[in-house]
Amino acid sequence: MPTTETFYEVMRRQGITRRSFLKFCSLTATALGLRPAYAAQLVQAMETKPRIPVLWLHGLECTCCSESFIRSAHPLVKDVMLSMISLDYDDTIMAASGHQAEAIVAEIRQKYKGNYILAVEGNPPLNQDGMSCIIAGRPFLEQLKEAAADCKAIISWGSCASWGCVQAAHPNPTQAVPVHHVIHDKPIIKVPGCPPIAEVMTAVVTFMLTFDRIPELDRQGRPKMFYGQRIHDKCYRRGHFDAGQFVESWDDEGARRGYCLYKMGCKGPTTYNACSNTRWNNGVSFPIQSGHGCIGCSEDGFWDKGSFYDHVTDTRVFGVELNADRMGFAAAGTVGAAVVAHAAASAIKRARKPGQFGDQEPDKTKGQGTAGNDQTGERS
Amino acid sequence: MSTAVPTVKRTAVYVYEAPLRAWHWINALSITILAITGYLIANPLPTLSGATSDHYLMGYIRFAHFAAAYVFAVGFIFRLYWAMVGNRWSRQLFALPFWRRRFWIELWHEVRWYAFLEPEPRKCIGHNPLAHLFMVVIITVGGIVMMFTGFALYSEQAGLGSWQDRWFGWVIPFVGQSQDVRMWHHWGIWVISIFVMLHVYTAIREDILSRQSLISTMVSGWRMFKDDRP
Repeated sequence: MPTTETFYEVMRRQGITRRSFLKFCSLTATALGLRPAYAAQLVQAMETKPRIPVLWLHGLECTCCSESFIRSAHPLVKDVMLSMISLDYDDTIMAASGHQAEAIVAEIRQKYKGNYILAVEGNPPLNQDGMSCIIAGRPFLEQLKEAAADCKAIISWGSCASWGCVQAAHPNPTQAVPVHHVIHDKPIIKVPGCPPIAEVMTAVVTFMLTFDRIPELDRQGRPKMFYGQRIHDKCYRRGHFDAGQFVESWDDEGARRGYCLYKMGCKGPTTYNACSNTRWNNGVSFPIQSGHGCIGCSEDGFWDKGSFYDHVTDTRVFGVELNADRMGFAAAGTVGAAVVAHAAASAIKRARKPGQFGDQEPDKTKGQGTAGNDQTGERS
Repeated sequence: MSTAVPTVKRTAVYVYEAPLRAWHWINALSITILAITGYLIANPLPTLSGATSDHYLMGYIRFAHFAAAYVFAVGFIFRLYWAMVGNRWSRQLFALPFWRRRFWIELWHEVRWYAFLEPEPRKCIGHNPLAHLFMVVIITVGGIVMMFTGFALYSEQAGLGSWQDRWFGWVIPFVGQSQDVRMWHHWGIWVISIFVMLHVYTAIREDILSRQSLISTMVSGWRMFKDDRP
């Protein structure tokens, strides 16, 4: 294997001071939830280990993941990661294009066989032989499968690669599928979100470099350190939820006071992400802090879970969208009316029976034919 | 587990043993609390004014829901145990004679009785076949679904690695995602509420119109028959 620069060398070459470098390592250790001692381990890894080559492929996507990534809060994070990635392959931000660019993929595959990370932004469409996403004249699915064949691990950036996202939303005309539906033989780390938080993305790469392994994942394959809790669990408005103080409409007193947005359909209680601790744009804010509920962008199929302003999904029956409570009340009302009608019919039937009170006598009126009349009262 | 009446003459049978009756009423109470608090968790009460630190309304509502849920779950496990050690009628809740033809014939007879097409219902010591079917579907199957989805949702706050997560966390990806689990758990309120309406109505109606006691049986345990005919 040819000698490769370390991350530290790359950073220094980019004009980054050692002081900033150490800051980055401490920040990342904190973001990963590691003990302070691990910051030193991070420093060491960055200084001594060869840079991990990363191939960054783009399928059907909107580039919001890349946009998020290049806005990592710590300026250094951006520089480090960008220099790392632009050296290899990322078709939206690299300098090379055309055949030169595609040659890089082949070269990395050969040179770092089994040793590079494949980052996938977006997903492959399967319909019509994959013609909805053509990269260098071929369906994206082919490029993805080839690049995946020799990689060490795959990072599924964003909700597209992790779950399918908007292009896989009903009715999914291109039959776009998440990466794990087409690649089965490699470890896949899902970093969902539309887009994912920049710090989460850089921390995942840094973790893999430092510890030579993929971070601990939950059942759905997301790193536990960022997706182990819901937005709701760490929300700074949680106190208002517990107290029963809610925003009831967008411009009420509760909204001005920053009450809980649950009644406005905030999906924080059903969404696993790090927004409420890490926040966005240099820790400036996140949707709930800006007064809008969470829309659950890091959850599977979030486009198909009804309105962004309902925290319980409407249920589709025969193409009609029903709210569970409206439907429930209607059904309970109908059943209640039926019960009353049935009770009335039972009483009438009983009153009509001659000599039948107290049920002491066997029924002698069997087959008398009253049943036909009573049938009308049976259903309301 | 015959639901038909034996030909021997009996006017009273001890059907529901004391622990089973206690379970019934405790279960009824826990379901009532679960349905009300569950509805209020999905549709919270109007906002409280005043300092946030003065209130803990949602906290108390949720506490009541979780406490009642544990009572329901422990009761369910106890009820399973009682089905093993109790009398033959205690097993009806967990066993449906699905393959027995006579069960379905008698069930159809019961449906016709409710549709006013039969002049007289048959005698039943345990549940009548129609009630038996509803009990198994709503209380056993429905109860299991509610417990699994409920504990899965509970595991979200208990956190990764908690026993709720280890035992029930898989339900969330199995169903889809957290919001889907919520939706189905929420539908459970309406299924159980409608069942309760029907259950109470038919219990009262049968107590008056059928040939055996119903409501008093769940209090005293004795099934009293109103006539001596088979």
